[in-house]
Amino acid sequence: MVNLTIDGIKTSVPDGSTILQAAQKIGIHIPTLCAHPDRIVKSNCRICVCEVEGSRLLQTACSQPVFEGMVVKTRSPKVIEARQIILELILSNHPQDCLNCIRNVNCELQHLAKEYCIRENPFKLKTKGLPKDYSTPAIFRDPNKCVLCRRCVETCTVIQGVGALGLENRGYHTMIVPSMGKNLGDSPCVMCGQCIHACPVGAIGEVEYIDELMEAIADPNTIVVTQIAPAVRVAIGEEVGMKTGEMPMNKLITALRQIGFDYVLHTNFTADLTIMEEGHELLQRLTTGGILPMFTSCSPGWINFCETYYPDLLDNLSTCKSPQQMFGALLKTYWADKMNIDAKKIFSVSIMPCTAKKYEAFRPEMNASGYQDVDIVLTTRELGRLLRLCEIDFDKVEPSEFDPWMGDYTGAAVIFGASGGVMEAALRTVYEVVMQEELKDVNFTATRGFQGIKEAEVDLNGTVVKVAIANGLSNARKLMDQVRAGESPYHFIEIMACPGGCIGGGGQPITRSNIKREERIASIYIEDEQCAIRKSHENPEIKMVYEEFLHEPLGHKSHELLHTHYHAKNKRLI
Amino acid sequence: MAEEMRVVLRNYGKINPLKIEDYLSVGGYEALKKARTMTKKAVIEEVIQSKLRGRGGAGFNTGQKWAFAHETQDDQKYVICNADEGEPGTYKDRMLMENDPHAIFEGMAICGYAIGANKGYVYCRGEYPHLITILKTAIYQAKQRCILEDFDIEVRTGAGAFVCGEETALLESIEGHRGEPRIRPPFPTQKGLWQKPTVVNNVETLANIPVIIDKGAAHFAAIGAPTYPGTKILTLSGDVNNRTFFEVPTNTTIREVIFEFGDGILGDRKFKAVQIGGASGAFIAANDLDTQISFDAMSAINSTLGSGAVYVLDETRDIIDVTTRIARFFEHESCGKCAPCREGTARLHELMWKLNSGRGSAKDIALLKKLGRVMSITCLCGLGQAAPTAILTTIERFSDDYEAKLM
Repeated sequence: MVNLTIDGIKTSVPDGSTILQAAQKIGIHIPTLCAHPDRIVKSNCRICVCEVEGSRLLQTACSQPVFEGMVVKTRSPKVIEARQIILELILSNHPQDCLNCIRNVNCELQHLAKEYCIRENPFKLKTKGLPKDYSTPAIFRDPNKCVLCRRCVETCTVIQGVGALGLENRGYHTMIVPSMGKNLGDSPCVMCGQCIHACPVGAIGEVEYIDELMEAIADPNTIVVTQIAPAVRVAIGEEVGMKTGEMPMNKLITALRQIGFDYVLHTNFTADLTIMEEGHELLQRLTTGGILPMFTSCSPGWINFCETYYPDLLDNLSTCKSPQQMFGALLKTYWADKMNIDAKKIFSVSIMPCTAKKYEAFRPEMNASGYQDVDIVLTTRELGRLLRLCEIDFDKVEPSEFDPWMGDYTGAAVIFGASGGVMEAALRTVYEVVMQEELKDVNFTATRGFQGIKEAEVDLNGTVVKVAIANGLSNARKLMDQVRAGESPYHFIEIMACPGGCIGGGGQPITRSNIKREERIASIYIEDEQCAIRKSHENPEIKMVYEEFLHEPLGHKSHELLHTHYHAKNKRLI
Repeated sequence: MAEEMRVVLRNYGKINPLKIEDYLSVGGYEALKKARTMTKKAVIEEVIQSKLRGRGGAGFNTGQKWAFAHETQDDQKYVICNADEGEPGTYKDRMLMENDPHAIFEGMAICGYAIGANKGYVYCRGEYPHLITILKTAIYQAKQRCILEDFDIEVRTGAGAFVCGEETALLESIEGHRGEPRIRPPFPTQKGLWQKPTVVNNVETLANIPVIIDKGAAHFAAIGAPTYPGTKILTLSGDVNNRTFFEVPTNTTIREVIFEFGDGILGDRKFKAVQIGGASGAFIAANDLDTQISFDAMSAINSTLGSGAVYVLDETRDIIDVTTRIARFFEHESCGKCAPCREGTARLHELMWKLNSGRGSAKDIALLKKLGRVMSITCLCGLGQAAPTAILTTIERFSDDYEAKLM
């Protein structure tokens, strides 16, 4: 332990701690901008500078290790003057349009400007005048707002292993750009949106589709139907002042109706359906000598990644569409018939924790119903905006139920939202299908948790099935490189592009640390426990869709509507 | 009359740098042989006792730096010769590399022996392409004669970024990354090149090493100023009669440098100011001319010796204009990593430009002072910390010139 004094308060902290950590321990707040609890220390922004006795220079609290007898001042006039000047410098080329910024009131720079009473900036405003990048249907970049903290670059390169973002030029002209100065759409970007969580300001955000939704709602001839993904419910409360996981599903259903959706259904229905199809696909591959290991295909960021970086392994991907796209295809066929609604009139809106889903919906192959299966995709954050826009008061909202035929779901579908959930759900079903006996304990805890790579084994009548789970694409890379080298011991691999799985998706409420992701994972499993039915194949509406429409997993209709194929992206990466 | 004393430049003009025989004939590589008969600790102790301090500008005790690297346990360590001589007006390292490359290699090999490194790099400035052949030829000759034994030296070149003279940016550059400084700690002696313990020494520092080993610490410590002993190569430019380079003991005064070695101001004009240490250096007025050029004497007048460039301005020069150009230099050379330097250097230049074109006000001067003060204590590396020096010192010492240009 090291003894030191911060602002007159004596404390002792473990050797190797930084000033920032020591200050946090005794409740002293030091402002930061480039620092992020789950990332390496960068010390770029210099906002966290403090006085250290004996040093001519101010030291950055985020990087400076403590030493025995250290005396630190975190709020002396010298420190405050320095922080104010640095803030004024950063603000002097930052567009002053907070009012219409996507991160208004949720911006770290704006917050600092408020804390440090920045009034009249002595430096003349000089914005860069660079064009905004709207080259993808999922993510936009506004390089003018970039404060060059580099958190996005690290996220894209280190956490996600994608490397779509890098630095160009130097000094005052330094910019963060998609690789080789291209547009994001022409870069290897997989649209996972993790850079949005990393960005302290509004330099990166999701492409919004709220106007399109409002237009559809306003049109009396359009029937607006929504599906909502399992990871959305656990996080949406954060957008409207509730705790993580606190939003009751049945109140959210009513709220969606109040916003103007004609029918409210659940993606969980097709999550259960995915398990039926993917589970049987796995069994088929296992028994007929198919290509193994099989990879899950629910995460569109992961699909983009595989198509970009591992095009030689596309045959390992399950041919199952993601639950969103299965839902889209069934909505305008099966459901439309059941409801006696003209599919042409349906405007299919999905609410997702994901930015890559926006891109997925626009894939040209995603029109099995004869129409674009999913018309628009909103993120959890956009849903939050809608709820605020429509002034929904959850204290007054009465609970209600999903509309029929595609709203029932099991605990197995719920856990799709967390890394390892698809695997666990699949095992629950595959076990019973193969063993023809009831699974006594449905909890496969080995597949749960936040760690990057997990593995498990299941004994199915003497055949040991080895599975692995990765979340975060740099972890996926490790498993993929094994497969590519022919050294993978696994039969089945679940991959989710985002750290923690969908609960940490690029469209979720801005997540400032992984602790929040872990909270969301916990609430996912609580919901699973609360479900009366926890195995996909026992979902009554799933049974019905097979009886009345699909007939059997991997059958003709399934292939037509629920399965897809992949394309190598062949992007010139260098 | 002050006199030159050639310690580092001992072989200048006497040997052919492309012939190792010449270097050997004047006692070259004898110090390396001697060092290898000593214990590693004894070599380091000798350098510590000599009180040799870094000639790159920071003035850190060289032996102490070696001791840190020696103490860090690792299977691989490195010695780097910082030859990224970028300060405008400085060409001392070039003179040494052009004329006596083996003296530098000998210093590196002694350091390598002392700290336990078997690999050295010379990081040569990108604007010195003609030196590469000299350096490589000299290395080849030393290798052929197995003089360096197991110590290998490789030449790496920069691409022209001023910041790569900053030792951690230099490491990044050798590793193939953007030339940007690292956070310290850890210091290079703990985690340097490829995270291995590394000593980075300036060319001139290393060229002093064979002399210290050969003649002993006491001999060296007796030269010049007691706390910054030895000699310093100065490169004199600007409005003096004799624009040249020379090597003097560190107790020589600025006045002697300008009026004796430099033979006074050009024509009949009067002295106005001198900037010492390149663009990063302070401007010094006539009242401080009797200061010794040693590190501590310069610090006492809020100035630095830096690289040893001496740039003299006569009374006809427009000091605001000169300072504006220096501000532009820093805006251009900032790497862009830390906010106060990236944004601050551009604003310093903007404000100086405004003042220089007669559109500035007293408010602008006050802002420059405040911004400069903050930059000098908050920027990540020496570049940003030194960027406002010329502005701050000219505002302080030549305020009339600023007043005269106000709107």
